[in-house]
Amino acid sequence: MSTAVGNTIVSLPDQSTAQLPKRHYINNEYGLLSWLLTEDHKRIALLYLFSVTFFFFIGGAFAGLIRLELLTPQPDLVAADTYNKFFTMHGLIMIFLFLVPSIPGVLGNFLIPLMIGARDLAFPKLNLLSWYVYMAGGTLTLAALVLGGVDTGWTFTTPLSTHYLNTHVITAAMAIFITGFSSILTGINFIVTIHRMRCPGMTWFRMPLFLWAHYAASLLMVLGTPVLATTLVLVALERLFGIGIFDPAKGGDPLLFQHLFWFYSHPAVYIMILPGMGVISEVISTCSRKRIFGYTAVAFSSVAIALFGFFVWEHHMFIMGVSSYSALVFSLLTMLVAVPSAIKIFNWAFTLQKGSITFETPMLYCFGFMGLFTIGGLTGVFLGSLGMDIHLTETYFVVAHFHFVMVGGGLMAFLAGIHFWWPKMTGRMYPETISKLAAVTTFIGFNLTFLPQFVLGYLGLPRRYAAYPPEFQVLNVLSTAGATVLGFGYMLPMLYLVWSLKYGAIAGSNPWQATGLEWQIASPPPTENFAEIPIMDHEVYDYEWLANKTKKEVTTVG
Amino acid sequence: MGLSPVLWQFLVNWLHNATLFPAEASTIAPYTDALYFFLVLMTIFGTTLVAVLVVVFSARYSRQRSPVATQIEGSTLLETTWTIIPLAIFLVVYVWGALLYFRIYNPPTNAMNIYIVGKQWMWKAEHPGGQHEIDALHVPLGQPVQLTMISQDVFHSFSVPDFRIKREVIPGRYSTVWFEATKVGRYHLFCSQYCGTQHSGMVGWITVMTPEDYKTWLEQSTSGQSLAQNGERLYASMGCNSCHNGTAAARGPDLAGVYGSKLTLTDGRQILVDDAYLRDAILNPSAHVTAGYAAIMPTYQGQLSEDGLIDLVEFIKNMQSDYRVQQTLVTAASGESAPTTPPQAAGER
Amino acid sequence: MDSALATTDPADLHAEQEHGHVSLPQHRHHFETVEQQREAGSFGMWLFLLTEIMFFGGMFLAYLLYRNWYYPAFVVGSNQLSVRIGTFNTMVLITSGFCMAIGVWAAEVRKRSLLTAMLVTTTLLGVLFLSLKYDEYHEKYELHHIPGNNFNVSMFTNPAGYGIKEAPLPPDMAQKTQVFFFLYFAMTGMHALHMIIGLGILCWLIPRARRGDFSSGYVAPVENFALYWHFIDVVWLFLYPLLYLINRHPMH
Repeated sequence: MSTAVGNTIVSLPDQSTAQLPKRHYINNEYGLLSWLLTEDHKRIALLYLFSVTFFFFIGGAFAGLIRLELLTPQPDLVAADTYNKFFTMHGLIMIFLFLVPSIPGVLGNFLIPLMIGARDLAFPKLNLLSWYVYMAGGTLTLAALVLGGVDTGWTFTTPLSTHYLNTHVITAAMAIFITGFSSILTGINFIVTIHRMRCPGMTWFRMPLFLWAHYAASLLMVLGTPVLATTLVLVALERLFGIGIFDPAKGGDPLLFQHLFWFYSHPAVYIMILPGMGVISEVISTCSRKRIFGYTAVAFSSVAIALFGFFVWEHHMFIMGVSSYSALVFSLLTMLVAVPSAIKIFNWAFTLQKGSITFETPMLYCFGFMGLFTIGGLTGVFLGSLGMDIHLTETYFVVAHFHFVMVGGGLMAFLAGIHFWWPKMTGRMYPETISKLAAVTTFIGFNLTFLPQFVLGYLGLPRRYAAYPPEFQVLNVLSTAGATVLGFGYMLPMLYLVWSLKYGAIAGSNPWQATGLEWQIASPPPTENFAEIPIMDHEVYDYEWLANKTKKEVTTVG
Repeated sequence: MGLSPVLWQFLVNWLHNATLFPAEASTIAPYTDALYFFLVLMTIFGTTLVAVLVVVFSARYSRQRSPVATQIEGSTLLETTWTIIPLAIFLVVYVWGALLYFRIYNPPTNAMNIYIVGKQWMWKAEHPGGQHEIDALHVPLGQPVQLTMISQDVFHSFSVPDFRIKREVIPGRYSTVWFEATKVGRYHLFCSQYCGTQHSGMVGWITVMTPEDYKTWLEQSTSGQSLAQNGERLYASMGCNSCHNGTAAARGPDLAGVYGSKLTLTDGRQILVDDAYLRDAILNPSAHVTAGYAAIMPTYQGQLSEDGLIDLVEFIKNMQSDYRVQQTLVTAASGESAPTTPPQAAGER
Repeated sequence: MDSALATTDPADLHAEQEHGHVSLPQHRHHFETVEQQREAGSFGMWLFLLTEIMFFGGMFLAYLLYRNWYYPAFVVGSNQLSVRIGTFNTMVLITSGFCMAIGVWAAEVRKRSLLTAMLVTTTLLGVLFLSLKYDEYHEKYELHHIPGNNFNVSMFTNPAGYGIKEAPLPPDMAQKTQVFFFLYFAMTGMHALHMIIGLGILCWLIPRARRGDFSSGYVAPVENFALYWHFIDVVWLFLYPLLYLINRHPMH
């Protein structure tokens, strides 16, 4: 390392002599079967990476088609029924097959055992099973698409879904039902692992915040997903036998469906965003060389979000004639759940203070996350506020808010995490300049796509419209233009990350000089992770410990 | 510039027709907008604050300027500050929003009532005077209008952005919303809850007219029969009058003046008779038996359309005496058909 | 692969020396100690049961809501269920749970034949429960009380015609018995599905128990299965009073 202080923390081994370790989890065994039957959490993580990327691009293709259709006020690209199938598929795929499993399935699977100093997750077979279950769900979703599509919207609203559509509702409902089991299995696995598999010295408050976030998200997966399962079973039964549990003509209550559905689907958004927050904590700490400001507050705010997240579902139903008093309670709880997120944002911002900050690609994605998530979170307050919700709900404002949180938040965090741990997963660095370009492109494209939608929403344009009044065209054109830029922003990483597999610089075990246990072993790690179970004898994010350790290594080697 | 004049004209036209802010056309709109501007300011302030913090810290503590980080555990004071201040702001928003919610959903007592039936994929408005409209609604300026809405099939949502009102239209139960228009003009009516294939076609226009124009419109658009008159026919043809006729021997309770009164049911509950109660009692009579009467009324579930139910409800609402009911009964008993009741008039208009 | 690694893994040797544990062939390499593996297993099982509670919870919520709305229909619907069979089945399930508990104890004290016997008894009792349940379902089928297009309410609107001493329900309320029967079938059906899965696992456990897999200190599968089986019992202990008992003849 040169003595002059550079503008990057990345320190790579001498490229002329550096080599990947001889044996690591990728080349430990060969052949398709060694992948399909693997119980290694790292290999399963890669399986997840391939599959979520696959589904992301399918879901993204539908997003592109939707934006293309909305370029003009008339439904001239596709007819209304096709458009309805597009947004339903976009929603189902992006939510259940991408956002929910993306960070837990890829980064969580890969990193949780490494971060707590374990050889694997508690139940490796269940872990593999969860991937198969996920693939079965995904295949069934694609089957619903190929057979002719489904047009319920991702919300399966009754009685529309049960009695008024003749598309493949049951296939889609079963696909989501099955995918749910994958998420339950992952959740159980993470919770047990975090409780029982921590290495000696790894107390709860020495756990990286990534783990706290995954722990909170797993609680939601375990407690929320079964209710979605019940709901979907009831929808399928009602559709098959015409029982009437959600049909007012037969004495059923369609609002019961709304309650049951949102009891899962609201916490589900926290399942999608909490793991992302975990990623942000790791990256910000590493790139500013500092312990996270107010570690305890950030850790507990994850758990608080998970707890409060279970008691706000009715805010999706404020205009549906629920009792005003329950609306008051749920609106208040919604305001409360916004606070822990605000705490996190400020704690991350103040982590930067007096740090030693560098601006590698993951950090740029983190900054993007902080800006977009702040907007997404604050516009959520609009919707949680009872009177404002009346005008804004079911419009493009909701669409914009949701995408700011889920795409601006969740997806940005996923990309930050993929770039950050790419050297650990593959042993090679991604190319820095072009990836920075991708991060900036994504940020610009995103804002251009979704900021106009806030305006559209306040103008009152309802969502899920294949055709719209002509005065809304200008904003829709802007949004479609932004989506094009955004599409390029997402294509770039796909290309250069694949390129880096062969041509990327050899990363060495700890390119970021990060403190996590995962960085103290070879990249890519060996199959058994640790030759000896490590002992956590220092606090988390302890950069002095790392400096001492590096110094010692240098002196013993030199 | 080599921009062709046609394209230029198109662009100008296109941008000129674009809107960025909805019209404020109801008494509620200014209140909603006030909260909206507050929230927008809050968002701009919050986002700017975060952006400034990130940019300033990034510039001041970049690796070149600050090669060594100073470790900080945290600060209870700072953390409490950014817990309490957002919480306080959110609570203000909460109270403000709750007040607005009650303003939007609690109708004034002098509101005139119009019925709305939503079905795939159209809005049907029924004025008490019998004027029917499809995908359109004419209302007078400066007069509170309450809409009693129901869906015949799936969930719909009645949304008028320029009035800042919206309410879900649900199958099987009435929901209400009210507004008072403040500007003459035509305003978009949207169905904002996804309701199937032609969801985006379930749109219409609200026309706000001066009271004089509205009066003229009412007179010109009448179908000749008010809702209550339709209801009266139904009342006779469904045989309601054989029990609910106010005579001493009647097997059902007297319905004259029942609307708005408090009833005691057989199970001891006290019920205020409103539109929803009347509708429910017709469809699920056994759960709504007035004290002192036997549960002998059959259900009319499946025999009456939502329009028919509205006619009946409107008739019972306006029924001040049983005179006409008994007249119908006498006529029917004497073997003649009831006056002004063509035999085919069974609920469908 | 795991068990092969378990003997060669240096960390495991280390663990054995430190804790004095004998390495079992079932010990999986990624656990430090057998104890840790067992704890993780049962903890995972408890979490799984938690998800099951949430799964049934949604249906219990629907039951409570509709019972509140359509109380008379729930009363006559409930009167249609046989308390005799229900009570007997409850006893059958409790007994099977008891046998399962003995089975776990037998595994812990390494009594192979007792364990096998207990698992077989549990299976037989489970089958008995299901066949009685089938009987009940079949009766409902014959009476057209299975919700759907063939559902028939005449027994509730005209009980005298069927020789039942019961006040007739008005037709609108009689229709709501369909909601009761739907919930009855959904809840007991889901319960029965869980039992069938349980019986499947038992059929896999019994030959292994006979082979002696669980009589040498490795009891985790038996223990975790017992948790599952007891959970099914507990669900039934809620279903039985809700469906068979609490609505019964309260009018008299």
